[in-house]
Amino acid sequence: MDDRRLETIIGQLLRAGVLLAAATVFAGGALYLVRHHAEPANYHNFVAGLANTRSVPGIVVSAAHGQSEAIIELGLVLLILTPIARVVIALVGFLLERDRLYAVVSLIVLLILISSLMRAA
Amino acid sequence: MTALEFTIVVLALSALAGFLGALTGLGGGVIVVPALTLALGVDMKYAIGASLVSVIATSSGAAAAYVREGFSNIRIGMFLEIATTIGAVVGAFLAGRVSTHALAIVFGLVLLQAAYQSFKGSPGQGRNIASDKLAARLLMGGDYPVEGKHQQYGVRNVPGGFAMMFGAGALSGLLGIGSGAVKVIAMDRVMHIPFKVSTTTSNFMIGVTAAASAGLYLSRGYIEPRVAMPVMLGVLFGALVGARVLVHARVKTLRLVFGVVILALAIEMIVNGFMGKV
Repeated sequence: MDDRRLETIIGQLLRAGVLLAAATVFAGGALYLVRHHAEPANYHNFVAGLANTRSVPGIVVSAAHGQSEAIIELGLVLLILTPIARVVIALVGFLLERDRLYAVVSLIVLLILISSLMRAA
Repeated sequence: MTALEFTIVVLALSALAGFLGALTGLGGGVIVVPALTLALGVDMKYAIGASLVSVIATSSGAAAAYVREGFSNIRIGMFLEIATTIGAVVGAFLAGRVSTHALAIVFGLVLLQAAYQSFKGSPGQGRNIASDKLAARLLMGGDYPVEGKHQQYGVRNVPGGFAMMFGAGALSGLLGIGSGAVKVIAMDRVMHIPFKVSTTTSNFMIGVTAAASAGLYLSRGYIEPRVAMPVMLGVLFGALVGARVLVHARVKTLRLVFGVVILALAIEMIVNGFMGKV
């Protein structure tokens, strides 16, 4: 597998991931508007919000219960995962090419991404 | 304003931001954040949270198209992402410590730089120098298509580019933007990578950089679903349309208009930041 073929696969996967994420956000958004369209929208002052939209397990559980904001947030989490998936595939590609240097480089980037995401675990 | 009205207004503003961002190559974030905070009075933290996810959407969504053109360099991108992701984590950490007013002022300064960049236009291209020692050991050189032929290029000054990428990542994490302009400067000016390769590799890197601060943003509640939903969908739609018409657009005029708009936004952002209104 050469770099170009690897990048083509990565590019197509990313686009599929974005479409899935956008569809999920759209579905959650439509549900939210059906239920809450007449409520006042005020975001002038920051409040940290409910815990169930601030951690990935909380989001998944609330989305499974059909809570519209959590479904939107689930789509956004899927979106955040697309670049991470990109790094994972690049890592596998470099391993297949036996390119040890760039496999290590990809692994470092992946570890930084995972350690950041663990904050919301 | 009701939830429905808010969603429609933000959707329209974000689509416009994504459209202009794609045409000028500066990304949607630099318009979305001031539009939300200045025009709709949305708290800066919600604005940067929503902008950050829209940055990931446009970067990942456009990747397939860029790859097809054959310009981006995955090795250069991956290596420099070590710097941008560490920078992004630091920036996202700082975003929680710094006051909203200070964030607005820093954002204004970044907008000033972006305005300057769009007035100046893109630099010349067509370098084909050899890599220096470190870049050669890192196998960073590559080739890209020029008029149907493969043009070889080398890479210089990896430490300088790496340091600047750390800064680009920190700005991205602090302000929820892609900071693509800074990334392009680091590759094009500092590392002597051809402009086309720099811009496409930068687009690839933006999503990974933003993902590095997304976990922190999420756990702090910056990514408010009701704000991020219309922003993400709007920017993504605008960017996809923008990428289609890019071929026919008069980019020079557009960059000038865009430059004037963000110059005005920059001044308003800084003034409001100092007066404590944002």
